[in-house]
Amino acid sequence: MSEPEASQPEAAASGPLVAIRGVTKHYQRGGERIEVLHGIDLDIPRGDFVALMGPSGSGKTTLLNLIGGLDSPTAGQITVDGARIDQLSSGELSRWRAANVGFVFQFYNLLPVLSAPKNVELPLLLTDLPAGERRRRAGIALALVGLEDRARHKPRELSGGQEQRVAIARAIVTDPVLLVCDEPTGDLDRGTADEVLGLLQMLNREHGTTVVMVTHDPKAADHARRQLHLDKGVLAD
Amino acid sequence: MRFVPLLLAGLFRKKTRTVLTLLSVMVAFMLFGLLQAVTTAFESGADSADAKRLLTTARYSIIELLPLSYLRRIEGVPGVVGAAHAEWFGAKYQNESNAFPVFAVDPARYLDMYPEFTVAPAEREAFVKTRTGAIAGRRLVERFGWKVGQKLPIASEIHPRAGGDMSWEFDLVGVIDAEDPAVQGNTDMVLINVAHFDEARQNARGRTGWYIIRIADSGQAKEIAAGIDRLFANSPDETKTQPEKEFAIGFAKQIGDIGALISRILAAVFFTILILTGNTMAQSIRERIPELAILKTLGFSDTRVTVLVLAEAALLLLIGGAVGMAAAVGMLPFLNGSTGGRFPPLYVETGTWIGAVAVAVALALMVGLPPAWRARRLRIVDALAGHR
Repeated sequence: MSEPEASQPEAAASGPLVAIRGVTKHYQRGGERIEVLHGIDLDIPRGDFVALMGPSGSGKTTLLNLIGGLDSPTAGQITVDGARIDQLSSGELSRWRAANVGFVFQFYNLLPVLSAPKNVELPLLLTDLPAGERRRRAGIALALVGLEDRARHKPRELSGGQEQRVAIARAIVTDPVLLVCDEPTGDLDRGTADEVLGLLQMLNREHGTTVVMVTHDPKAADHARRQLHLDKGVLAD
Repeated sequence: MRFVPLLLAGLFRKKTRTVLTLLSVMVAFMLFGLLQAVTTAFESGADSADAKRLLTTARYSIIELLPLSYLRRIEGVPGVVGAAHAEWFGAKYQNESNAFPVFAVDPARYLDMYPEFTVAPAEREAFVKTRTGAIAGRRLVERFGWKVGQKLPIASEIHPRAGGDMSWEFDLVGVIDAEDPAVQGNTDMVLINVAHFDEARQNARGRTGWYIIRIADSGQAKEIAAGIDRLFANSPDETKTQPEKEFAIGFAKQIGDIGALISRILAAVFFTILILTGNTMAQSIRERIPELAILKTLGFSDTRVTVLVLAEAALLLLIGGAVGMAAAVGMLPFLNGSTGGRFPPLYVETGTWIGAVAVAVALALMVGLPPAWRARRLRIVDALAGHR
């Protein structure tokens, strides 16, 4: 059985964007071994919009972190766009994340000392793009989320919904193949949450961005193309 | 360069704290600049010493006099290319506080020994020819508003004129300059013509304080010095000959080991800065753990985050250090003015700037490494878990 590798672009293009095989994840807390995920198998096709749901402690965020390359599995394989990310070193994972994944968090996680455009520009600092081009791309990303008029504002001068839009602009500015969202509407009111979810839908439908979103909220999950339920570390059918 | 705005934003995250820390660093480096300038001034005699110059004094004390007749015998020692003599006059001008060195010298011989002193040719000639002539260092001339051509009334605390009068009068015929700041301090003096002085003084005629000797090869200094001292061994006026630099260091140490004293003061100052900036950096990084986790999430590698934290510490110390050193340089003209020429000119030499950069970098490493290491080891999922 051949394994998908980063050097097999044709296979990667034809297969699912994310392929997870037999992934388990354990944590060691003191003398106690905590088992979070048990033998997860999952395919996420390109252009999909998946909502990962489940009760607290079910392992949703752990699975999302593994898909986004923020953590490594205890066992099993994770292939994203042809790259076996479970085999990458810390430095290789950093480079891979910078090039392939955009992240959106519940509490936005913007750098408070930087203006909205500078926050959006952050991932581009890791590229060879000149300053002018970085600014131009950050401007485009901000325009895409409807915040082109917030060029000088710092995060604390924005509403929660606007902060999350800036976070989404930061996530998409490098044009990643995968957008990973952890409770992106968990800190927003219903109306604002719907706007943010509409934005994610737009990115998914019009730009073909693959979105994996963790949420507790069934209404938020309704915006996804499909919903997956995780319970006690196992994916439910 | 593209990370500089990110560094500055991180550094000035808490403006008041950063500004206060910068002020502390600035004051520390200002002290460094000023105290190093003092050290440089004290060592300027030794630094400007010519390896091809020897000094011969009386063997047991520099206040004992030597016969002027030694001059020809010293000149006859193999390896010696020239010699001059000088004597301490013990001057005071107008009042007790206006004390400066006055040396009675053979003008041509003495100036030949010190090519680093600049005297206009016409003024040098006038000094050689005028028995009552005197030349004075530029800073003294400016300090007292002297003019070439005027009479210079100077009292001696050591040498009475024949008849017992301690008041002397000379004709100021020239000015001594020096381009090198290290040499300028050595020009804070008045030279008088020994021909008139030796004839007019009441006591110790035919004797002088010390000899300055120029040799052909500095590698032969020890042998030549020993040869000179052998000439006068077992005589009533035995000699001690040593390279000018050794003499200058020994003379400076009569005041105290200024360099060691200043080093200890600066060590205490920088230790305080180490604690202060170390605390600031640790606090700043502790507050930004979630932000560092986000940078890592976005693809900043462990190494890049480590370098960013270290660079932030370096920026803090280099900005503070540069401003502090600039402040020290800015203060020196006022300090030099306030000493009224009683102290060698203070200046910040290139070595002090290099030293300041080295200290700043060393402090940055000591201050930055612990938080940088913490940032490097930071696990994204753990850091984000506290902020989710």
